[in-house]
Amino acid sequence: MIKIEGLHKSYPIGKDSLHVLKGIDLHIKEGEFVSIMGSSGSGKSTLLNIVGLLDVHDEGTYHLNGQLIKNMNEKKAAILRNKFLGFIFQSFNLISYKTAVENVALPLYYKGMARKERLQIALDYLEKVGLKDWANHLPNELSGGQKQRVAIARALVTKPKVVLADEPTGALDSTTTDSVMDLLKDINDEGMTVFVITHEEEVAEQTKRVVRLKDGLIISDEITAVGKAKAV
Amino acid sequence: MKFLFDSDTWQEIYGSIRKNKIRTAITIIGVLWGIFLLVVLLGAARGMENGFNKLFGNFATNSVFVWTQATDTPFKGFQEGRRFSLTMHDIEVLKSEYSDEIKLLAPRNQTSNLIVKDFKSGNFQVSGDYPVLDQIQKKQLLYGRFLNENDILSTAKVTVISEDMYKQLFDKGEIPIGQYVKINSINYKVIGVYKPSNTINFDGDCAYIPFTTFRKVYNTANKVDWMMITANEGTNIEQMESDILLTLKGLHKVHPEDERAFGSVNLGKEIGKVTGFITGMQFLTWFVGIATLIAGVFAIGNILLITVKERTKEIGIRRALGATPKSIRQQIILESVFLTTTAGMLGIIFGSLILFLIDSAASSNEDIPLINPTVNIPIILIAFATLIFLGTLIGLIPAHMATVVKPIEALREE
Ligand SMILES: Nc1ncnc2c1ncn2[C@@H]1O[C@H](COP(=O)(O)OP(=O)(O)OP(=O)(O)O)[C@@H](O)[C@H]1O
Ligand SMILES: [Mg+2]
Repeated sequence: MIKIEGLHKSYPIGKDSLHVLKGIDLHIKEGEFVSIMGSSGSGKSTLLNIVGLLDVHDEGTYHLNGQLIKNMNEKKAAILRNKFLGFIFQSFNLISYKTAVENVALPLYYKGMARKERLQIALDYLEKVGLKDWANHLPNELSGGQKQRVAIARALVTKPKVVLADEPTGALDSTTTDSVMDLLKDINDEGMTVFVITHEEEVAEQTKRVVRLKDGLIISDEITAVGKAKAV
Repeated sequence: MKFLFDSDTWQEIYGSIRKNKIRTAITIIGVLWGIFLLVVLLGAARGMENGFNKLFGNFATNSVFVWTQATDTPFKGFQEGRRFSLTMHDIEVLKSEYSDEIKLLAPRNQTSNLIVKDFKSGNFQVSGDYPVLDQIQKKQLLYGRFLNENDILSTAKVTVISEDMYKQLFDKGEIPIGQYVKINSINYKVIGVYKPSNTINFDGDCAYIPFTTFRKVYNTANKVDWMMITANEGTNIEQMESDILLTLKGLHKVHPEDERAFGSVNLGKEIGKVTGFITGMQFLTWFVGIATLIAGVFAIGNILLITVKERTKEIGIRRALGATPKSIRQQIILESVFLTTTAGMLGIIFGSLILFLIDSAASSNEDIPLINPTVNIPIILIAFATLIFLGTLIGLIPAHMATVVKPIEALREE
């Protein structure tokens, strides 16, 4: 599903440039549930953004679903994002003047789906994350955990192949963290590839594979107990 | 184009417009003001033009008036300050020498007299005239007719009086035609009543009697007080005016350079000055209107730019969810066009409303020299189209800005 080889990424800072990713090799197959860990500034988000086509890499190759990602124009990238990828952000990134159900329906709008149909589907997904009764509330009327569940519903609504989550539980307490993780596990059980950044060992333990990053390099890549148990 | 008819597109625009109320208001006010000003200014200028046109309306605008004053230069043995009069001989000479240029020529003699009807009386102007006067300045007759050739030939003791004279001298409802009034103790039969022009009016309330009758009664012999001349079409009136004056100077032994001996007014020239003023005003109107419009459009662009910055994050989110640059651009441009169009329409509506109010105020008040303050619909449509065009163009800039940055940069914005 995701195949990365020799990936480099630098950010220009004034005249210098900051070398953030220094040759990443990573292969994630369909249906995997991968977490990335690493200290702050190690390049986790940078990697995820490149995988999510929100940013571009400098060197190396990246294949998404067998397609080489290189010099991609923004229109194609947008279509790929819409078709293959679902995003979950630490800060939720809901649109403040749209209700929960409208937020969830937005990716379907860009898919070109009719309003009635997409609102119905969005409602189904809200039900799935347990927020059907909150469908017509604006984001600022929801708690952090509820917002994140709306965001998850929005990431899932297009049935993406890969769900990318950058610290989805970073702003949540332990109970809501568990409910969000349960949702991600369900998604993965349905066959979606899930790729999640986290700082919390408890979160990483619930995934099937943990990749550890340090100073722009992968220092370890191992299957977790859960992963081993499932594999059996 | 399909997206234009998609209710979703409009739902999105409605959402973002509703969310950014202040921006929407400022934008709308900016453009509204521009269009409003254009409509009102153009309408007022047009109304003024109509007003002036009406002022000169029933007057042949190619008229020249000539009278005598006193010489300012000694000549051929005459001292300066000599007074003299125009004569019927002058009229004959001018008529034959300028037969190509002169269309109508009305010699006139005037005095003022007590006019009596039974026990009522009043002091009024009395004018000895030819029927041709009616062609130079059309008389609006309430009763009867104006002087005719027969009256002239027969030196008839007939008169055409003004509406006010009628009201002052006659009882209410009395039929004036065929009745007699005494002018300077001589009986004249009333043959017509006219309503004096409420625009340019040289005669005031004046009793017209045949020129020949005037000559006989007041013993003016060959003398002519002044004359009105209108030119044929295609004649250079200023040239004709100076030529005629030169001829007259020759006839009366006046120094050719004498500036004071003859007085003359060229109505065409005077009107030219006024219309020049109106043209200038219209130009100014256009200038002000267009400048305001452009300013309004730039205000929109500016505000859109600011909002795009404000909304960078939102745009980033939309792009992460699969919005193509095209769909983002379409939305921003459509917003801009929608705002300008709405504002423009409101401006036209309010402007027309103001013009309507001005119109009703002007028609109930004679002092306001505005008639029919209207604007050309094509002109407004063109202004409107320009506005929308500029609105689109200016919307393109922020739209472009919103799509050139990488989505992640947009998302990172706080
Ligand atoms: N747009 C940018 N311009 C310049 N430097 C950047 C940019 N984005 C990230 N960086 C730098 O790249 C490095 C890696 O950033 P990244 O966001 O990938 O870290 P991270 O592992 O996600 O950290 P955290 O756990 O704090 O989120 C950091 O040193 C950061 O300062
Ligand atoms: Mg990060």
